[in-house]
Amino acid sequence: MRQIAVMVGQRLALGLLTLLAISILIFGATELLPGDFAEAVLGQSATPETVAAIRRQLGLDQPFWVRYWAWLSGALQGDFGASLANPDRRVADMIGVRFGNTLFLAGYAAAMAVPLALGLGILAALWRNSVFDRGVNAGALTAISFPEFFVAYVLILWLGQSGWFPTMARVPAGVEMSERLWRTFLPALTLTLVVTAHMMRMTRAAIINLLASPYIEMARLKGVSPLGVITRHALPNAIAPIANVVAINMAYLITGVVVVEVVFVYPGLGQLIVDSVSRRDIAVVQAVALIFAAAYVLLNLAADVVSTLSNPRLLHPR
Amino acid sequence: MSSLIGKGLSRRGLLQGASALGASALILPAGLRPARATPQRGGTLRLGLGHGSTSDGLDPALWDQVFVQMLGACLHNYLTVVAADGTLEAEVAESWEASADAATWTFKLRDGVRFHDGARVTAADVAASINHHRGEDSESAAKPIIAPIVEITTDGDDVVIFRLEAGNADFPFIMSDYHLPILPAADGRVNPDAGIGCGPYTLQTFDPGVEATFARFDDYWKDGHAHFDAIALYAIIDAAARQNALMSGEVDVIDRVSLNTVHLLERAPGVKLISVPGTQHYVFPMDSRADPFTDNNIRLAMKYAFDREELVRTILNGYGVVGNDHPIGRSNRFHADDLEQRMYDPDRARFHLREAGVDTLRVQLSAAEAAFNGAVDAAVLVSESAARAGITVDVVREPNDGYWSNVWMQKPFVASYWGGRPTEDWMFSTGYASGATWNETFWEHERFNEMLLQARSELDEALRAEMYAEMQAIVRDEGATVIPVFANYVMAASDRVMTPEVIGANTTLDGFRAIERWWFA
Amino acid sequence: MGVATLLAVMAGVVLGGAAAAWLFRAALVALSRGALRRSLRGAPLTACFGMLVIALYLGVAILAPLLAPYGERAVVTVQFAPWSADHWLGSDHLGRDMASRLIYGARNTVGIALATTALAFMVGTTLGLWAAVVGGWLDGALSRAVDVLMAIPSLIFALLLLTIFGTSILTLVLVIAAVDATRVYRIARAVAQGIVVMDYIEAARLRGEGGARLIFREVLPNAAAPLVAEFGLRFCFVFLAISALSFLGLGIQPPTADWGSMVRENATLITFGDVTPLLPAGAIALLTVAVNFVVDWQLHRASGLRE
Repeated sequence: MRQIAVMVGQRLALGLLTLLAISILIFGATELLPGDFAEAVLGQSATPETVAAIRRQLGLDQPFWVRYWAWLSGALQGDFGASLANPDRRVADMIGVRFGNTLFLAGYAAAMAVPLALGLGILAALWRNSVFDRGVNAGALTAISFPEFFVAYVLILWLGQSGWFPTMARVPAGVEMSERLWRTFLPALTLTLVVTAHMMRMTRAAIINLLASPYIEMARLKGVSPLGVITRHALPNAIAPIANVVAINMAYLITGVVVVEVVFVYPGLGQLIVDSVSRRDIAVVQAVALIFAAAYVLLNLAADVVSTLSNPRLLHPR
Repeated sequence: MSSLIGKGLSRRGLLQGASALGASALILPAGLRPARATPQRGGTLRLGLGHGSTSDGLDPALWDQVFVQMLGACLHNYLTVVAADGTLEAEVAESWEASADAATWTFKLRDGVRFHDGARVTAADVAASINHHRGEDSESAAKPIIAPIVEITTDGDDVVIFRLEAGNADFPFIMSDYHLPILPAADGRVNPDAGIGCGPYTLQTFDPGVEATFARFDDYWKDGHAHFDAIALYAIIDAAARQNALMSGEVDVIDRVSLNTVHLLERAPGVKLISVPGTQHYVFPMDSRADPFTDNNIRLAMKYAFDREELVRTILNGYGVVGNDHPIGRSNRFHADDLEQRMYDPDRARFHLREAGVDTLRVQLSAAEAAFNGAVDAAVLVSESAARAGITVDVVREPNDGYWSNVWMQKPFVASYWGGRPTEDWMFSTGYASGATWNETFWEHERFNEMLLQARSELDEALRAEMYAEMQAIVRDEGATVIPVFANYVMAASDRVMTPEVIGANTTLDGFRAIERWWFA
Repeated sequence: MGVATLLAVMAGVVLGGAAAAWLFRAALVALSRGALRRSLRGAPLTACFGMLVIALYLGVAILAPLLAPYGERAVVTVQFAPWSADHWLGSDHLGRDMASRLIYGARNTVGIALATTALAFMVGTTLGLWAAVVGGWLDGALSRAVDVLMAIPSLIFALLLLTIFGTSILTLVLVIAAVDATRVYRIARAVAQGIVVMDYIEAARLRGEGGARLIFREVLPNAAAPLVAEFGLRFCFVFLAISALSFLGLGIQPPTADWGSMVRENATLITFGDVTPLLPAGAIALLTVAVNFVVDWQLHRASGLRE
């Protein structure tokens, strides 16, 4: 276990470096985008004078490194600055509620998708090449090949317009959990449909990949039931790729759902970062990008820990 | 579906305005008006708006789209307001008066208008509110339109005097611009982010890019207005999501109905469409300084190569009218009615190409949905109709992101739009005058610029009509903008929502005043 | 439509597909020789169905100008024309012939998706296997770099890059390939890490094998199965990426027909129960299912299972 602890420690330290690299990358990329906050916020009504006035007031006329350094020294002290668009609002306040919403939706979708994907994947591997296998596969592939907004529209047509579930997933502060689950059911279901196929297929593939191994043959000859072979012998060795694909999809649920947020009018971080990119509101872009990056780093670390634990050979490299 | 059509703008009583509130109701004999239920009080009006961004704020200087414009209409009043019939009404001002040269304007404030915190609206508040947009450090989008103000002085608590650098007969119209609400001031400065105004509703919650909620302001001075108990504005950017929210009863009114599917929404039960032809128009400006658009024959060839009727039919799904390459709408007072309508004519286009000394022409047209809904599709249609005139139009789809700073007024031939302006002078001097900030074609026309100045201070209405008619003809025949269509404001509402007979045509949502003019049945 | 009708239609489609697949297999077997013939004879019907669909798509893509009744961009009728003899699948929101756009869309979409996925896999797999085999600082450096890129959400990453570099088809392919390559790298590396600790790799190393030979001769064949499975999915993710980008106003330049953008253009119709947007979406779905059926068959063969 000491190795694990050391690995986690190292990876967390590396994670911090990753975040630093990302902050430079995002800051630089936003800098490369044509136009800046002053032009973006004024849009069609920009005039050279007003643009210059806004730049002066917000310090946008300072060189790149000066602004990055100002941001970084603030961030290191836990102050992510103020939004350029709303100087009265601290970035941390703007993000707080939305971050909670994003985590909630991601958790909700994952709670439905992961068990579903693993269960279907194991059953498909067990009854491989059967009608069930083909059917589940075709269904999952069909679901995954429709763009998210399209899946969302179809669900709205079937479940929303009949009045069963609301098509706007607004969550006013202080609603009860059951109400909240009901209101956000359609976006969660959309995301479930979108991510299940990927995880399900990886589960199935990883298990089937092992079924020809000698030790599986051995277990089968000993008379272990087909389900037992898969759950007790194949699955433990297939955990590494499964954990990886689950981590990727969980990260996607947190970071990649802007389209679903737009369709269901759900106030999450995805919409915030897209808006902020188009407004060149760099303090907000930075903060959200770092949250996404941190979520990604942590999920991958978790996947790697699980992989390492599942394969003793990785634990004791020769 | 009920199609409600706004009447023309009229400047009756402008120079010596009086409190015109309710005047239109008094003028019309009661017998001529169809019986309509008197407005009921109560209910929460939930509006699903096609705009709204997480970077929205309360400072009116930076307002740019419908979400914050509606927020402004809820929270604030203005010196003047464009009434539904297009006349200018007094709001915080009670009356106004111009000097003989129309360069000094004296506004007398209404008695008994109060801010949400109970304070009286005074002349000092008005002066500070307008000054917020002036000066070296101003970030305001309204800065150019109030640049002609040289000095603002007050006389007691009730009188504000504006001195302009030159005469402008339309100045009171400027004061109705949505950027210029009256805010409470302390020591000559306003706090633009406080969210306090003297409008019909008080701010309850504001979550930028998501929603804003309001409750009726009990001390609101207008009688027979602000029928709703509360207002909720929701930002629903996706057109399909907006329609769904209306059809499933989660909102009562939506704006920017997707014209692609409007024929299907018409049939939805419990939903009515509200379509108002106004001053909004879609334009395709050509940079008059850039080859080949320096040649007026090339510009005319382009103008004849637009199939306007097809654009109205497809892009607007019939909810609009063809444009005549000048920016003055049919509802405007000085619209030149006898100017011949320009139509799609590939042969004329070829003729003008030959006049310009070329057989074929190849140009790039940059477009993005940011310009207007369906801009990219419109550009594709144009490339098809122009091909039949021997003109190759290569459509370049630009990112929405940064469209106004990197493409518009940067590339030589682009798609753009105008919400239009309530007066001819305002429209021409913002978009067509020499050196104007938004002269998007960089067009210079000596005669046009001269007449613009003359007409601005001319007080004889007949003479002005003549001048503006000639200017429309000049823009149509020598200008560098193709103006193929005027687009209606298309909204949809649940059957419960009642509207007055005449709906404001100057902007969407009844001149933004749906929140105080509409009611629930 | 009642549930019974729906079930009957679905059963009919499945039966029809199976029959077509069976005929296609018979034809293939008759036309082939040797080992290929033996493996084809053993191919399940689903795989044959997949191959049939892929062959049809390729045929349509190659012969598009001959098959399409109208031009790709020509406005030929009123908007949203109903299905008729002149316009088999009606027309789109601009009055262009839907069937012709779908046919041209096959050429553009499949071409772009293929190029993008191939590029992503070449780069991602090579780097991933290399990192796993060499290990040490190279692995660390590459993995950190990929971590940094992957930690930026792909849509945001693409949005930034496409806004900076503009949206030509080439940049679109490069940007989506770059985003996808990072995902492929991770999978390849994860799979290969499980392999490089195996004894036969130790043996190969002791034999003096190294570098490219070790990667492509020893590791790649054993890592192929999960990578092939990933390929099948990544392929269709390209359509989705284009579609999602067009949701944000980026994506393919009009008037080029591609299925991802066509879904977006017509998507609002579906909320009124109109099936028009189902056509391009269905075209994508059918191809995805077909590709993955073939992938499944190969996966099954590669696993060495005999059942």
